[in-house]
Amino acid sequence: MDKMNIKSVDAASQKMIEKAKVDNVEIVWDRYDIMQPQCGFGQLGICCRICNMGPCRIDPFGEGAQKGVCGANADTIVARNLLRMIATGAAAHSDHGRDIAEALLLASEGKAHDYSISNPDKLREIALIYGIKVEGRADLELAREVALRALAEFGQQAEELRFVSRAPEKTQETWRRLGIVPRGIDREVVECLHRTHMGVDNDYKNIILHGLRTALSDGWGGSMIATELSDILLGSPQPIRSKVNLGVLKEDYVNVVVHGHEPTLSEVVVQASQDPELLKLAREKGAQGINIVGMCCTANEILMRKGIHVAGNFLQQELAILTGAVELMMVDVQCIMPALAGLASCFHTELITTSPKAKFPGVTHIEFSPQRALEISKSILKRAVDNFDNRNKARVSIPEETMDLIAGFTAEDIPKIIGGRYRSTWKPVNDGIISGRLRGIAGVVGCNNPNIPHDLGHTTMVKELLRNDVLVVVTGCSAIANAKAGLLAPESAFESAGRGLREICEAVGIPPVLHVGSCVDNSRILIACSKIVEEGGLGKGISDLPVAGAAPEWMSEKAVSIGFYFVASGVFTVFGTPQPVLGSQNVTDFITDELEEIVGGKFAFEADPIKAAQLMIKHIDKKRKELRLNPMMYQ
Amino acid sequence: MPHKKIKRLYYDVSKCLACRSCEIACAVAHSQSKDLFKALKEEKVPLPRKKVYKSGDKNFPLSCRHCQDAPCVDACMANALVYDKEKGIVLHDESRCVGCWMCVMVCPYGAIRPNLKTKIPIRCDKCKDEQEPACLAACPTGAIILQDVEEDQGA
Repeated sequence: MDKMNIKSVDAASQKMIEKAKVDNVEIVWDRYDIMQPQCGFGQLGICCRICNMGPCRIDPFGEGAQKGVCGANADTIVARNLLRMIATGAAAHSDHGRDIAEALLLASEGKAHDYSISNPDKLREIALIYGIKVEGRADLELAREVALRALAEFGQQAEELRFVSRAPEKTQETWRRLGIVPRGIDREVVECLHRTHMGVDNDYKNIILHGLRTALSDGWGGSMIATELSDILLGSPQPIRSKVNLGVLKEDYVNVVVHGHEPTLSEVVVQASQDPELLKLAREKGAQGINIVGMCCTANEILMRKGIHVAGNFLQQELAILTGAVELMMVDVQCIMPALAGLASCFHTELITTSPKAKFPGVTHIEFSPQRALEISKSILKRAVDNFDNRNKARVSIPEETMDLIAGFTAEDIPKIIGGRYRSTWKPVNDGIISGRLRGIAGVVGCNNPNIPHDLGHTTMVKELLRNDVLVVVTGCSAIANAKAGLLAPESAFESAGRGLREICEAVGIPPVLHVGSCVDNSRILIACSKIVEEGGLGKGISDLPVAGAAPEWMSEKAVSIGFYFVASGVFTVFGTPQPVLGSQNVTDFITDELEEIVGGKFAFEADPIKAAQLMIKHIDKKRKELRLNPMMYQ
Repeated sequence: MPHKKIKRLYYDVSKCLACRSCEIACAVAHSQSKDLFKALKEEKVPLPRKKVYKSGDKNFPLSCRHCQDAPCVDACMANALVYDKEKGIVLHDESRCVGCWMCVMVCPYGAIRPNLKTKIPIRCDKCKDEQEPACLAACPTGAIILQDVEEDQGA
């Protein structure tokens, strides 16, 4: 891999990385270099800081300490650390879901006038799943009950999360047999912290099984609530054309980057950017208008629903500011680099925090509340417009790169597209797999990480999968990476696609790489898998399907939680660099091998995206063989 | 008397946090694969030639000092040890070593450890084939220092 030494495979990013050098400002790759070499104990997961008898470390070479002061061995220490990563990831997704549920409740009670029930169909679909009577009831009344029911799932103590019932029966049975059906969303996360307190759970298998349950409370709980209730409140995404990469910043506009994860504020900011008074003010300052662009998963949310242009993914957040053309960057929660505050102060860019959960020292905080969404949005945009005067035009350098894309596919919409509005069905996909035109389906998701050249993992892996007739669904920063490489534009994606995949996609009218949303929208992939099982012919549980998942450039704890809920749901999942588990051979064997016997899914770690794609293809072929499907048509 | 500049390892005990990063880097540098994750699976698991110890409230990494007048060289009955004046290091010819542990016994620093499996002492070779020792770059606080010293070549 001759590309391994470059920082990014994206041309726009390369230009801005060079500019950072010229401007003498420090960015993520510089800090990564300074941090080398990174701590081996941390990489192996054998450092324990849980109690004050420690910190303790296990000697990975077997000479020194093999037990912590309390007697915990490498297995216990690695498993506990891993469980805490899952807990944090699940907490982040689920808390996002809670915020959406609270916004829906406020809207339904008439306390958040800037929102309405945008998708009454989905409202009724979800109400039915919750067992709520829908006949003859008004939207607002129903929405209130759905919001309260969703919020109750967070504090629920026993029984099962309701959305678990959307999984195939066989998959549910596996979870019940193992006792890992999530009971309440908050409960599982709290129990992770209890179990990993000093002197509680010491059996690595028992610890990791609770990790599966916690991850399931994210995927089939908090994340799914976030997705479904966002669809109800803000509307379900529809296929939509847009543009991506730093070139969407406009030299003659007031540029506002919305960065973070939750869509509630950013949706209204998009609306506020059309406010005549603000536009008049912008023109008075010499700007053509207000240009809202997205970063990270907030970008995916407003891209999917509104077609708003995407400035970039995780590793481009600093690069956007480096263009010198960003008047304001507003952030909420998750994946926001603390470095932004210092970097913004080197430019005229104003950084604004909006969530009470995420403040930065010395950064202006304008707190979001759904009750005053439009008013707050306007006040933030007013600051951006005012800041246009402070832009140093001599320092502006916007890379010209942009790429066309289509986004906005959902588990409800895909069957409508491929089957027609009145005979919505997954059948063409199932038939394609059964006949051997389509090898299977892969989800390529997750973050960016400076430990692999930016976007290289995502784009290389997706091309390899396409070449082998695998239909690909993408979310999060992976979706943005693939969009920049032109893989979300059907015309260019077809160039990489194998013949069978091409035939299927052209016949039913979908691109070979489907953008299904933000990172909480990985729950859409779970629903799609369930529906494909339901359609028939491909086994009884998700673990029977010829599908695989991957997070080739993962960095966050959310990615670990996502990985675990896919594995727990029966999906073979490849992570690029290893999770911090290699310090325990037992834990490594358990999650990369033995779990397959137990839940049907397991992990593999492979940093080379081509080799990782080959592992996924090998797994898909194994499943095809088990299902006795036809050989691939165009081998 | 001719003098020659050689590089020696020194340690700033006020900076050592006992993180043992140097130990890991050392073991990896002496593995087959030079990769931490792969090294753990090698048939002969590499061992660090440097160990971190504590004395009073100070921590310090300890490895061979490569003494010019080395007791271990004198004590070696197999002539496996020799002081290389050019490089300023004590070279250890593993093929000649008989595992008598005399070097372990006479080292005034306690810097040589017996490897009971291989019957060969574990000692620092100052990463002689590399630009600089692996521990130097691994230290996150700069407690490990590689410094030029003038050494008397006549001895």
